[in-house]
Amino acid sequence: MTTATETHEDAQEHGMSDAGYIKIAIILALITALEVSTYYVDFGPLFMPSLLIMMVVKFVMVVSYFMHLKFDSKIFSFLFYTGLGLALFVYIAALATFKFFIA
Amino acid sequence: MADIATHDTGHAADHGHHSSTGLSNNKLAMWLFLGSECLLFGGLISTYMLYRGRVQNGPHPSQIYDIPFTSVSSFVLLMSSLTMVLAVSSAHRKDDRKTNLWLTITALLGATFVGGQVYEFTTFYREGLGFTTSLFGSSFYSLTGFHGVHVSVGVIMLLSLMGIIKKNKITGDKAEVVELIGLYWHFVDVVWIIIFTLVYLIPS
Repeated sequence: MTTATETHEDAQEHGMSDAGYIKIAIILALITALEVSTYYVDFGPLFMPSLLIMMVVKFVMVVSYFMHLKFDSKIFSFLFYTGLGLALFVYIAALATFKFFIA
Repeated sequence: MADIATHDTGHAADHGHHSSTGLSNNKLAMWLFLGSECLLFGGLISTYMLYRGRVQNGPHPSQIYDIPFTSVSSFVLLMSSLTMVLAVSSAHRKDDRKTNLWLTITALLGATFVGGQVYEFTTFYREGLGFTTSLFGSSFYSLTGFHGVHVSVGVIMLLSLMGIIKKNKITGDKAEVVELIGLYWHFVDVVWIIIFTLVYLIPS
């Protein structure tokens, strides 16, 4: 009974097994290889969007699985994503002020 | 709701200091700190984005960046996140031997990354890119240098953690201490994920 409860609590608290973490790392390594390939292969108009999407996917995977944000309290997600959202808002506004997005 | 409260209270009993939410104060503080770090790195990244084309008489980014080398460094840091999460997992299982093993590997990978950055900086300097050569140089060294300092601090934290685990000097929840340092380490990794794409892979 105690073992079952502990296993359940473990799954709730840690979210994933070691094998699960290794799978995530393999996916991250593959995405990194794909990112690096954009340096050698011409992706045409997909170059920039694909790099940005891969960057966001890697970011979210590390934060969600390795940092356990997906399995932890929503308050932690709120604290982190508030800081991130604020940074994005402030600096995109700053870059726009300097006409960074105008080619 | 009642289930959550029960779970949180049970969880609270396992760990030392907790807030009225039932969550660990230390973890709350760490997440708040990481949220604020987003603003620090956001400022450095956006400054680099603005100035990366301002090369004056110095070398252009495409002339000095060594993408294969930086790709290997990125891979090393990414893998250190895996070893860190395995250390946290071992700590939760109260397996000190494996925790120390994974922490040692993480510290070694981190030190390899920092060594690679020192080599990169030295090469760039020899190729004519000093800190004051151009706005590109200043913003590049500020951004990647700040990140390198964060990794170095992380390595020091890992080594200290291994020392205090060996001497059994952690009075509270050992796994939580490992987890907190793990959070910092993973954050350093996610910042590099952004830097690698925006600084190295996307040309100015």
